[in-house]
Amino acid sequence: MPRQVPIPDDLTKPFWDAINERRLVVQSCTDCGTLQYPPRPECQDCGSGNLGWKETNGRGKVSGYIVIHDSRMKVWWAEQPYNVAVVQLEEDPTINFFSNLPGTPVDDVPVGASVEVMFEEVAPGKLVHDWRVLS
Amino acid sequence: MVSPYYRSIYRMDEGLGVWEHRGKVAVVGVGHTPIDRRWDERPETSLGAYSMIAAQKAMDDAGISLDDIDGVVSCPRANIPEWSRPELPPPYNTADGVSKVTAEWLITNMGLNNVKFIDNTPDSLGGNISWALNFAAQAVGDGKAEVVLVRYTMGNFSGRYSQAGSNSEEEASGGGQWTGPWGWGAAGTPYAYLMGEYCRKYGSNPDRMAPFVVNARRNGRMFPDGYYYQHPEEALTVEDYLASRWIAKPLRIHDCDRPVQGGACYIVTTAERAKDMKQPPVYFLNHCVNKFDSRSSVETLDEVEGWMDSLQKKIYEGSGLTPRDIDVYNPYDGFTHFTQYYLEAMQWHGVKRGEAHDFYAGDISVEGPHPLLPSGGNNGTGRTRCAIYTDCIQQLRGQAGERQIRLKAETALGGETTPGSSAWTVFGKNPD
Repeated sequence: MPRQVPIPDDLTKPFWDAINERRLVVQSCTDCGTLQYPPRPECQDCGSGNLGWKETNGRGKVSGYIVIHDSRMKVWWAEQPYNVAVVQLEEDPTINFFSNLPGTPVDDVPVGASVEVMFEEVAPGKLVHDWRVLS
Repeated sequence: MVSPYYRSIYRMDEGLGVWEHRGKVAVVGVGHTPIDRRWDERPETSLGAYSMIAAQKAMDDAGISLDDIDGVVSCPRANIPEWSRPELPPPYNTADGVSKVTAEWLITNMGLNNVKFIDNTPDSLGGNISWALNFAAQAVGDGKAEVVLVRYTMGNFSGRYSQAGSNSEEEASGGGQWTGPWGWGAAGTPYAYLMGEYCRKYGSNPDRMAPFVVNARRNGRMFPDGYYYQHPEEALTVEDYLASRWIAKPLRIHDCDRPVQGGACYIVTTAERAKDMKQPPVYFLNHCVNKFDSRSSVETLDEVEGWMDSLQKKIYEGSGLTPRDIDVYNPYDGFTHFTQYYLEAMQWHGVKRGEAHDFYAGDISVEGPHPLLPSGGNNGTGRTRCAIYTDCIQQLRGQAGERQIRLKAETALGGETTPGSSAWTVFGKNPD
């Protein structure tokens, strides 16, 4: 996939360091236990700034998808049309991720299917998380 | 995080009761700019120059002059990048007047010498004309100014919309870290995703959007200040819609509004001053804002329906009206896919959750019993975001021409833009 390479910042560096180690983590509020992704400076439920990281079991479910035929993103023009699915995290279905579901044909996405996380190298030593359908 | 100051002024919260200035503030003037598909890079057709044209028209409509204006509220942002503007002579030699238009630019270049109150809607709020109008209404009600000029335009430079900047890069930073690597970057993506959830939950399919879009375009061709009235094309048919190309399937190109260069100005004043002006006043009965963050990467249907429940409470609580009381309904259609959430939330004409597509299949023409979006919205008039408001005002004045709904038109509701970030206004022909 023609992925943009993520540029971590102070907040997100721990996240991308974990991804580079093939671990999918989400933020975890020390005060109220809320999990969140994408990472934020504060807990979206209680406002606390005491946020740590929790490793997930890397399993999810496809909650829906679109097929992009006319992308605004230059690096994807040669690829389109392409799937972008939405994956709910099994451990907290209110957390969702985008996914190109590598291996799944375009516009033939099994909504409701179980998926597991996978990692693709986008630059030397830099990985990006994605998901594949479990057969 | 929105500051308490803005939360309060924009009435973002539930439980505020009836709006304290209900019926005491009115719109008394409307003026639109010319409207072009793209800017031709001349000073005369810039957003600043166009704003001055619209401001003059609005003042003429109200029967007032430059010296009567004591307040200016502008939403400066125009949704276009600043770096691509050409070199032009003053006063078009900076971004202000070209890529955006501030209250100060308008005041200086029109010669508004009696202005004591100014506001520029912050970019961070994601505002547009609806926010500026609501802010002006609150300011007039609060006594901060008496005759306020409200301004908004959207721009369209050369090149395809939204492809510059981070979308053209090979790296993903900031918020783009969570979208860019998977190519989540096309027009209307969240709403394309939500349509899937909606159709599965309620048993429908996206092809059933066709009559809504055909109707919006039809109404837009009856809106003289709109793009399709001034640049006629063949009428869009259901077959045209269904054959049109995908942008982000299930969102089609005809589900997207057409970027244009143009907008409008409005004059807002007290109910008392409105009595002396040329037009029948159109009173503000309520205003409010929906401002929510999605829980995770993209909002889900459950989240959106929750946001809609909040919006409905705020609109009816603040105005003291019920769904049965809204005569003219102009919910935003910038992407046609979210209008159904607004329709179902307000239960306009009894439409409940999951019934929007059935409603679209019936008679929703302006001549009929369920005249939805009589303005034609953005889809029917081009992406100025102003037709919704102008139509509410014209319907209540009895000046909507061919678009005048055949039912009574004593109250109107309009709002924009998205389920998680939108400002809404209730208008009335009568102050009580």
